Amino acid sequence: MNDVTARGKLKSAGPVAAADQPLYANRQKVYPKAVSGPVRRAKWAVLVACLALYYLAPLIRWDRGPNQPDQAILVDIGNGRLYFFWFEIWPQEVYYLTGLLVLGAIALFAATSLFGRVWCGFACPQTVWTDLFMWVERLIQGDRNERMKLDKAPWTAAKWRKKIVTHAAWLGIAAATGGAWIMYFNDAPTMTVALFTGQASLEVYFFFGLFTATTYVLAGWAREQVCTYMCPWPRFQAAMLDENSLVVSYRAWRGEPRGKLKGEGHGDCVDCMACVNVCPTGIDIRDGQQLECIGCGLCIDACDDIMAKLDRPKGLIAFETLKNIAASETATRSMPPCAARTATGMGVRHVPRFIRARTILYAAVLSSVMAVMLGTWMLRQEVTLAVLRDRAPLFVSLADGGIRNAYTLKIANKARDGGELTLVLESPARLQMTVQEAQETGPNRFRVTTRGDGITQWRVLATLPPGERTRESTPVTFRLLDARGRTVVRTDSVFLGPHGEGHR
Amino acid sequence: MPTKIEKDALTGTDTTGHEWDGLKELNTPLPKWWLYLLYVTIAFSAVWVVLYPAFPFKGWTGVTGWVAREAVVQDVAAANARMAPMMNRIREATPQQIAADPELRSFAMAGGRIAFANNCAGCHGAGGQGAVGGFPSLADDDWIWGGTHDAIRATIQHGIRAGESDEERVSVMPRFVADGVLTLAQASDAAEFVLSLSGRATDQAAVERGKPLFAENCVSCHGENGEGNRDVGAPRLNDRVWLHASDRASIARYIANPRLGVMPAWGGRLDPATVNMLTVYVHALGGGEN
Repeated sequence: MNDVTARGKLKSAGPVAAADQPLYANRQKVYPKAVSGPVRRAKWAVLVACLALYYLAPLIRWDRGPNQPDQAILVDIGNGRLYFFWFEIWPQEVYYLTGLLVLGAIALFAATSLFGRVWCGFACPQTVWTDLFMWVERLIQGDRNERMKLDKAPWTAAKWRKKIVTHAAWLGIAAATGGAWIMYFNDAPTMTVALFTGQASLEVYFFFGLFTATTYVLAGWAREQVCTYMCPWPRFQAAMLDENSLVVSYRAWRGEPRGKLKGEGHGDCVDCMACVNVCPTGIDIRDGQQLECIGCGLCIDACDDIMAKLDRPKGLIAFETLKNIAASETATRSMPPCAARTATGMGVRHVPRFIRARTILYAAVLSSVMAVMLGTWMLRQEVTLAVLRDRAPLFVSLADGGIRNAYTLKIANKARDGGELTLVLESPARLQMTVQEAQETGPNRFRVTTRGDGITQWRVLATLPPGERTRESTPVTFRLLDARGRTVVRTDSVFLGPHGEGHR
Repeated sequence: MPTKIEKDALTGTDTTGHEWDGLKELNTPLPKWWLYLLYVTIAFSAVWVVLYPAFPFKGWTGVTGWVAREAVVQDVAAANARMAPMMNRIREATPQQIAADPELRSFAMAGGRIAFANNCAGCHGAGGQGAVGGFPSLADDDWIWGGTHDAIRATIQHGIRAGESDEERVSVMPRFVADGVLTLAQASDAAEFVLSLSGRATDQAAVERGKPLFAENCVSCHGENGEGNRDVGAPRLNDRVWLHASDRASIARYIANPRLGVMPAWGGRLDPATVNMLTVYVHALGGGEN
């Protein structure tokens, strides 16, 4: 891999010069040129799809019945609920969200080992919004050359106008982005009205401002610097790549030695700089694989366009495996630049191997995490029982010499409707249970009610009658039974008594 | 002493002019952004001093007149206003009605828990477990003045021997030895008899000697079998729960010269709704009677 950056700012003039070299480099503004072609079309399609999903998803309505939010995707922080179409999770089940993030990470690894940095180049929000901002910029200020000229020009009224319109448009998009973010946490129609009429809370305006500012700064100003300096992913994504990964590559064996169209002994690269001019990070793909390359493939479109005009085969820059590049290079090493060299080099290529140890491993991990998540979801209990033993006092000695422990039981019912359940206490010790404010239906059996989509709390006293001996700690089990006597949920706890060989 | 400012050959940085035994100090100033941030904070503090009560002088309230105490008062008032509807219902209801209504009960239990921690836990313990030495457990089933909602409420409202309310609970245990009614040996015998009431006596002769002493001096309040009398606040003596230590010497000492506990009257300190919440909470600790 070539680790010399294409910007050529880093002079390598020996160890003494390296010590003098500043650690800080000014940003060189990048002016990407417009380009068209299949990769660009794919990027537009992904961009439209991602943005439509982001901006419109909070508007989807989803009927959940009375007194329930009718928004399909909603994170209700205040009430501690996350709604996603059919699913509704409680704060203690946030591990489903963790699971999704784990899935996302592994899917990212898998995609990278198969197709290189497709995430960075096509679907990453930084790329998507930067692309959108560049499109706006191009509409107002013109393409690469006009923008460069405009920046160099003195500050005339026309330049002011163009710059102000650009930044206003960017801020507009940024505000829509910050506004849409809020909608995932609030009822979208209500919040939209509140946001515009000044009725929303300070927190809402803070996050609205925060996401507006980050969108504007990151997509309008920081751009490729986010990918190069801020984002950790480019630093270690190379660990997912191998010689079978499809990455944006320059076929040096075919292009070199590069040179003018006229003249002898030149490869297919005419050094027209089209690939450099369209690059959103301002690098030269002909320098090889490099950290700054986000794998967007726009240089492929740019180069193919030139090759078509010159009547040469397309694909001087292409999604290609390093293995094929090496094979072509070996096969054509002794050949002078000519059409036959291109044909030979292309002829020795292999179909990329998508199924290999690395991808099988990713697929296995991916499917096992999915299986675990699916499994826990299937086994998810709609009713849970939490038992909190009183710790002060650990136990109470009663007038007749009995021992009593107190517990607070919290029954969380995640279903829509509440209902009645039977609470049963089981223990090797002969304990007697009382449930405050609940109806007794038998020995150590009490009828408790649950609240739909809510928690009911019960105070339970377990008493060991006088004369019964017990150990310092005795296991107890609380069990909730449904109307047919089946166990809905059980939770274990302990019954504590005094030290020594039992109480007197 | 600053001597000569010179350019350091190796780093190209100026020195400060200070030199110690040949060691020279480089002058490496703070980054500019840091310096400017310092200026911003200075400017900020200047504005702050004008706007807010920045000096601890009486009367200096700043231009805005903002006072931290008033902000607290406002916050408390806002919280009280939010709770007012429930607190009004709690105030109007009896403790029994609160306990029977799930909504009121859950509010009262939450409020009672906090009021208990603020006002009661100091003597009675965080979970109402009490403490040996005169701080009764509120979680057991042994009550001196009664464990019904009404009795608990009356005790909280008027207190015990605090002299703060006309309806307070008053009971007086005589100082039998200190006032010369019994000798110390007699007190010890009576103590052994008291232990026999809960089957824990070991000295039968002392029990026999103590029996007539108990009949003569103690029965009028504590009952023939030591069953106690809640009307006069005389504790049960025939059970396993002891307010003070339960060995013979400690009981004898108590008979000789009792220490009578005091509980403040909370009626004048807490509002009626809080007293109601505390009643429901204490009743639910475990010993509540119906």
